[in-house]
Amino acid sequence: MELKQKLEALKEEALEKIAQAESLSSLDQVRVAYLGKKGPITEVLRGMKDVSAQERPIIGSAANEVRDAIAAALESRKEVLELEKINRDLASEAIDVTLPGKHVPTGQSHVLTQIMEEIEDLFIGMGYQVIEGPEVEEDKYNFERMNLPKHHPARDMQDTFYITNDTLLRTHTSPVQARTMDKHDFSKGPLKMISPGKVYRRDSDDATHSHQFHQIEGLIISEDITMADLKGTLEVFAKKLFGAEREIRLRPSYFPFTEPSVEVDVSCFKCGGTGCNVCKQTGWIEILGSGMVHPNVLEMAGIDSTKYSGFAFGLGPDRVAMLKYGIDDIRHFYQNDVRFLNQFKVKE
Amino acid sequence: MNVSYKWLSEYLDLTDISPEDLADRMSRTGIEVEDVFVPETGLKKIVVGHAVKVEDHPDSDHLHVCQVDIGEEELSQIVCGAPNIEAGQKIIVALPGSRITGNTKIKKGKMRGQASNGMVCSLSELGFSEKVVPKKYADGIYVLPSEAIPGDSVFSYLGMDDAILDLSITPNRADALSMRGVAHEVGAIYDKKPVFKEVSLNEMENEKIADYITVAVEDKKDTPFYSMRIIKGVKIAESPMWLQTKLMNAGIRPLNNVVDITNYILLEYGQPLHAFDYDRLASKNILVRRAATDEKLETLDSETRQLTKEAIVITNGKDPVALAGIMGGLGTEIQDGTVTIALESALFEPVAIRKTAKELNLRSESSSRYEKGINHDTILSASAHAAALIVELAGGTVVSGAAVASDLDVKNVVVTITLEKLNRSLGTDIKSDEVVSIFKRLGFGVSEENGLFEVSIPPRRWDISIEADLLEEVARIYGYDNLPSTLPIIESTPGKLDDKQRIVRHTRHYLEGAGLSQAISYVLTTPEKASQFTMTESELTKLDFPMSEDRSTLRMNLISGLLDNVHYNTARKNADVALYEIGRVFYKNEDRLLPVEEEHLAGVLTGSLIESNWQEKAEKVDFFNLKGILEGLFETFGLTEPLTFVTDKEREGMHPGRTAAIYLGEQSIGFIGQIHPLMAKEYDIKETYIFELNLHPIIEGEKHPTIYAGIPKYPGMTRDMALLIDESITNQQLTELIYEKGGKYLRQVRLFDLYQGEKISEGKKSLAYTLSYLNPKDTLIEEEVTKAFEKVTQALVEQFDAVVR
Repeated sequence: MELKQKLEALKEEALEKIAQAESLSSLDQVRVAYLGKKGPITEVLRGMKDVSAQERPIIGSAANEVRDAIAAALESRKEVLELEKINRDLASEAIDVTLPGKHVPTGQSHVLTQIMEEIEDLFIGMGYQVIEGPEVEEDKYNFERMNLPKHHPARDMQDTFYITNDTLLRTHTSPVQARTMDKHDFSKGPLKMISPGKVYRRDSDDATHSHQFHQIEGLIISEDITMADLKGTLEVFAKKLFGAEREIRLRPSYFPFTEPSVEVDVSCFKCGGTGCNVCKQTGWIEILGSGMVHPNVLEMAGIDSTKYSGFAFGLGPDRVAMLKYGIDDIRHFYQNDVRFLNQFKVKE
Repeated sequence: MNVSYKWLSEYLDLTDISPEDLADRMSRTGIEVEDVFVPETGLKKIVVGHAVKVEDHPDSDHLHVCQVDIGEEELSQIVCGAPNIEAGQKIIVALPGSRITGNTKIKKGKMRGQASNGMVCSLSELGFSEKVVPKKYADGIYVLPSEAIPGDSVFSYLGMDDAILDLSITPNRADALSMRGVAHEVGAIYDKKPVFKEVSLNEMENEKIADYITVAVEDKKDTPFYSMRIIKGVKIAESPMWLQTKLMNAGIRPLNNVVDITNYILLEYGQPLHAFDYDRLASKNILVRRAATDEKLETLDSETRQLTKEAIVITNGKDPVALAGIMGGLGTEIQDGTVTIALESALFEPVAIRKTAKELNLRSESSSRYEKGINHDTILSASAHAAALIVELAGGTVVSGAAVASDLDVKNVVVTITLEKLNRSLGTDIKSDEVVSIFKRLGFGVSEENGLFEVSIPPRRWDISIEADLLEEVARIYGYDNLPSTLPIIESTPGKLDDKQRIVRHTRHYLEGAGLSQAISYVLTTPEKASQFTMTESELTKLDFPMSEDRSTLRMNLISGLLDNVHYNTARKNADVALYEIGRVFYKNEDRLLPVEEEHLAGVLTGSLIESNWQEKAEKVDFFNLKGILEGLFETFGLTEPLTFVTDKEREGMHPGRTAAIYLGEQSIGFIGQIHPLMAKEYDIKETYIFELNLHPIIEGEKHPTIYAGIPKYPGMTRDMALLIDESITNQQLTELIYEKGGKYLRQVRLFDLYQGEKISEGKKSLAYTLSYLNPKDTLIEEEVTKAFEKVTQALVEQFDAVVR
């Protein structure tokens, strides 16, 4: 039974060396030394041919036991050493997490586009179509079809850039109403449209005036549209754009293409109605022009004004943006200073 | 229009209604009140003084030393520089410690050695606008009437304790361009009936108008009503205080009693009147006609006006003496010595007045009323009232009757509406008697039968003629706050963006993700910039009457606007600019009335896309940054036709070696490249890259649907090659050949290196490509790939004399 004792001694020796191994490479040397092809255990097993037949299974199983024990010890020591190595590596890999991240450059939509898109999306959700029209218009569509015949005093309300006697830069988005009414087939359902775009007025540019600005116009025509519908729709609009707690009020006004015509005030979104510099202490901010479509406008489009009625509204995204963000100079919108453009990143 | 609260109180009991409440109610009910102001606000301790003694200052050639009674026991010494101060005058004194306009504080002081206890004031020093101060007092102090009591506050004498409501009157409510109109409106709001004092006019029965004047009108359409009255023996003088202050508070400068009365009546009735010096008319026969083209008239403002056929003129039978409805002639103006007045009250056709006023750039209180319409009902009563006032304030007598040329039929207009229609339009449930009471409050006649209202509208509300007008009247008096809020209950319709709108939104989002911000530039620009970088030949579309040459022409490209933006930014030290714009360009088209509006997309890059940071250095943008963005964008459109970039050496304003025309299939859709250094210099910008595209071919172009091809089951293989070739051979030539000869398993050719420089001979360059192969149905066989690869290298050697390394 010399061999058996030898095996035991080998085991003791190996286990001690495993315990002492301080690195994965020295552990591997131990593995090669004891379990390798040229190692002592293999040698023992090779010497089996000289062992008697009765002893052979005993020695054989003892050798296997020793080998398994060493292998198990190697494995567990390896796990310990690996973990130690990982921990060491982790410590050396530590970074300053407050260093700035790597940015991918991104741009953003113009603040006016953001406002117009928000309004478009709201009305699309209510079944409106977005319809655009030409920026150079015929006098006919811009004025006459809007119930503003030539030499009507109300033409003074909109200083106009004429190109020829009959063509001009549109002063409002309303001509799109007339163009759309002409094409609409009421047998296919009511007309519901929203029309955003650039408009132009003959004005000197300064902090509060711009010869170019934007409008967004809405129009609905169907049987039995009431003024209460106008009020309700614009209430939904005001709450969506300026906050759920907003209220609106209508004030009589005049637009040649609507009758009755109203200005729509929204309770101040800065002070909530108690009075501040934004609402000039009134608690209300004038936001929209609106009204019931004038029967003349319907009739000029060949729409029976005794059967159909509708309302229209329009507002200026430039003004809304100025109020909403406290922008003090309308020219910022068109000078495209990147320090201006990049401020409107937050998508509300 | 400025409305005096006190004046309004003469017609309506406004007790318990503060000016602020009134303003709010008016704004909420019909006429917007922009502002309410009390002229005395911010002023204090300004009193009536009596200049008892005025002596020249011993050490000055223009100052006066005045002893002034300010209602105290002792006289107060005040030094005054006004040229018009005289002993005996009642004057305006700002006491020590007072405040005059502009928040200026007045203190005791010495002027050249003489004590001065305050200041004698002009009207402008109390905040009156220069344009309303009577000419007589324009360069000096104002003189109060002799009955003013020393020591009294001056504010009530000058009407400065009144509240003035600044009304913003829309063109449809010209009826409120008069005190009577406003009184009716306020009466309707508060359910009070305005009361106007009866005017009695004493005419001299033995003096007949026909002996003095006849009037004739050439065209009754131009002048539906013309009348004149004659007042004899008047004495032209300064108006009493009450009249002057009423005019000044309304923004009109007092001149003399007769002219002031015509303006007063204009304010009360909204009826323009004109007073001629009868003797200077030099005729007894007035003819109203169109002017001849060669006629001239010197108007009251001393301007000689060249007249046209559009202008209606008042003539003495021969020559024009007034520009009808706009301004009188200087030759027949009321002067200090005028004794007989010819008083005109008329109605002129709005469009004619408007055209002439516009053409001559001459807008007056008269023309602004005539062009919007006036009350037909008070043309004669207004002039009767004026005549009575002239007698009262300027003396004289009135010749009996008026000379009239008239084609006017004045009557109420009847408009009907049913209760059902009214409630259906407003979405309300208003009861019949409430509707009746609203019409009554408005002063309209109304009768109701079976829900049908017949409403009789007096001429003073000429804005009301159709059913919709009645709706508005009811709605506003009923109160918009009382309307319910509902959403339309109608057939539902799908709301969605169309293809163009979807592509535009998608493009925006893509470019923003790629680092470009959206710009919106001015569409109007200079003729020069409008025609730079154009993609289509066209004439310019110019404004008829621009504000400036800088904004005179519609753009035909987006790039020039973006370059302006780059300049604006770099001039403000924003060196890194990455912008895009989507907008229209305008091409003139002779066959169409309107220009063609083409939707374009343009982008600009200058500086770096990222700033230097602790991990990477900022790299200047180049052609390929911008090209890469465009290529990526086009991949997302899914267009069937291929996108190609073709060298473009000829494009004006662009770098001849760094510009490419962009093609979609066979169609040129735009270009990309570097701005020519000389052009960059013109814009005062640094190295800048741009592109501009016509969006229409992209919107309309055929798209291929996404067809899912599965994920490859078999591994692919790659082979690299480096080619040494002549520098004139392009990447496109090489890759096209590689694809052509690459065999059926070649999937992708990717350039991974480009070298040109010292290590290789001049005129040569080295390009290195990775070729990727894949057989979707089986594992690739090494030999097949090698064979295919060799075919490619062979072709490259043969066609381009490439050295394969």
